[in-house]
Amino acid sequence: MKDKKIRHLKGRGVSVPGNDIDTDRIIPARFLKEITFSRMGEYPFFDERFDSSGKEKDHPFNTNKGASFLIANDNFGCGSSREHAPQSLLRWGIQVILAESLAEIFAGNCAMIGLAAVTLSSDDIREIQAAVEADSSLELSLDLMTKTVLCQGKEYEVTIPEPRRQALTEGTWDSTALLLERLELSRSTAAALPYMSHFSS
Amino acid sequence: MAEKTLYNKVWDAHNVGLLPTGQNQILIGLHLVHEVTSPQAFDALREEGLSVAFPDRTFATCDHIVPTTSLQRPFDDGQAELMMEALEKNTKDFGITFYDPPSGKQGVVHIVGPETGLTQPGMTIACGDSHTSTHGAFGTLAFGIGTSQVRDVLATGCLTMDELKVRRIEVNGELSPGVTPKDVILYIINRLGVRGGLGFAYEYGGDVFDSMSMEGRMTVCNMSIEGGARIGYVNPDETTFAYLKGKEHSPEGDAWDRAVTWWKTLPSESDAQYDDVVRFDASEISPMVTWGITPAQSVAADENLPLLEGLDENRKKSYEEAYAHMKLTPGQKAVDLPVQVAFIGSCTNGRITDLRAAAEVVKGKKIDPGVRGIVVPGSIPVRLQAMEEGLDKIFEEAGFEWRQAGCSMCLAMNPDKLQGDEISASSSNRNFIGRQGSPNGRTLLMSPAMVAAAALAGHVQDIREIM
Repeated sequence: MKDKKIRHLKGRGVSVPGNDIDTDRIIPARFLKEITFSRMGEYPFFDERFDSSGKEKDHPFNTNKGASFLIANDNFGCGSSREHAPQSLLRWGIQVILAESLAEIFAGNCAMIGLAAVTLSSDDIREIQAAVEADSSLELSLDLMTKTVLCQGKEYEVTIPEPRRQALTEGTWDSTALLLERLELSRSTAAALPYMSHFSS
Repeated sequence: MAEKTLYNKVWDAHNVGLLPTGQNQILIGLHLVHEVTSPQAFDALREEGLSVAFPDRTFATCDHIVPTTSLQRPFDDGQAELMMEALEKNTKDFGITFYDPPSGKQGVVHIVGPETGLTQPGMTIACGDSHTSTHGAFGTLAFGIGTSQVRDVLATGCLTMDELKVRRIEVNGELSPGVTPKDVILYIINRLGVRGGLGFAYEYGGDVFDSMSMEGRMTVCNMSIEGGARIGYVNPDETTFAYLKGKEHSPEGDAWDRAVTWWKTLPSESDAQYDDVVRFDASEISPMVTWGITPAQSVAADENLPLLEGLDENRKKSYEEAYAHMKLTPGQKAVDLPVQVAFIGSCTNGRITDLRAAAEVVKGKKIDPGVRGIVVPGSIPVRLQAMEEGLDKIFEEAGFEWRQAGCSMCLAMNPDKLQGDEISASSSNRNFIGRQGSPNGRTLLMSPAMVAAAALAGHVQDIREIM
């Protein structure tokens, strides 16, 4: 079985500045009509990356191809619950998201697919953003064991809910198997809820 | 942490236990499924040879991609047809009830759940759609999930979750004439911001919510997510029980009495502890209209759009981006905002009360010849009820198109889209860039009555001026 433990990641950065970047911008709804995720890597920020004739526009995802650390600001991934958004980023090559804050559902979706999404202070994000914008060849690294990001020799502290961090570092983020093992427990919780039996007693 | 709130009680009752990772295993009492976020989840079950753990607690309908002009199969859009066929096959293969159009119950999933009585107090409800928060109107913990989580709920009936904090939002006093639940939630989001709710469940309480209809509470809870809160709820009360009485899936006879007894144990206690409490005065709330690209960028209908002077750098940047996309000018009067498309519908405002409110405004009048107006009922039962009341005729005589049920131009996954940089008055929930189907399209969010008024004039109107 493939090792799913995610502890140390390294790569180049791509900065997508701006607050409240919603999942409709990350992936426009028309791409959700595909019944598999297989082509999602072609679509992140589609309407911002391409003009109506399909020509590339000036966008960090066009100029920083090959980057795996996405650096974002406040409330990144707000809006729709579409997992297509993190799927499109992951399949494009993003493995780590460093943000000032993450929308709740988006952060949960990242956790489910092994995309390490963490938050940093506003000042730290701005420093890293400035460094990456100045030199796109810069290598960043994330250590989930020590909860730090390294950029230009400087260490930055990252925040991630502890259970989510552990799920990544222990490789248990794909939770189906874990929950299935406990199906009988779930059934007894269900049996104790009066609505499950339509209030029959 | 909050204590003795409805959130705590429902969370505890559904908490199967702590997982080795420290996450909670939460049982999902009702799983609602639609065509867009489920096909990959069903495929994952097939790959692993798994079945659906609680098929009788799982219900499907189709809403996002269905055309609203004709339900003739196959759909003109091949991708939409494929998506529909996938849901038909998946619900059949896995033994799940599918409220498709021929069943007469199809509609936007967040309208179907309450309308059929599936949504009941004290449940945990998940659906692969962020507006699942709608169901919180019944005193449930209802929230949107992604496709991998849809897979988990299908296969195991459970999710791994972290507990949220609880913020009580109280609005006391009486709403002024012309002010609707949509205005209340737009006002709250304006005041608390689109990130204000991150990490929180919102509990709505106070005079305004106590006296609000279930439809109104659904509108408010629906847009909790636009304020960053994944969950929003109202404590269940007599209004809730009266709405549920006699619904298809509601308990009957002695079971009904047992249900009400249990439901009455759920509301937050008078000595409940909250992580935060915010209070607003109902008389401060006016009919609202958004002018920007987040639902918090809004003004009262009698105000001017905000100026950039004096804003902090962060906000100034956001506003500049919004003004550039919207092609609007700081200081412009809200009532001067042009409108080329009028959309009445969505899980936010596609219920019968919304259609009645809009019909009342346009009755006997004509919409501006420069406006393309469409009315999309939230479900087949809403559509039929509206037709029984003659609302379809009122809309058609005014120049609106009367459509079939679905999500339609709220997110434009079907043929209903803005063209170019068209600007719409919309009763939906999101004014994000590109949301209504055109990368340059522009959206002004407002109540259904305000959309109707804007359609008549070809620009935004203050509903209070024409009442």
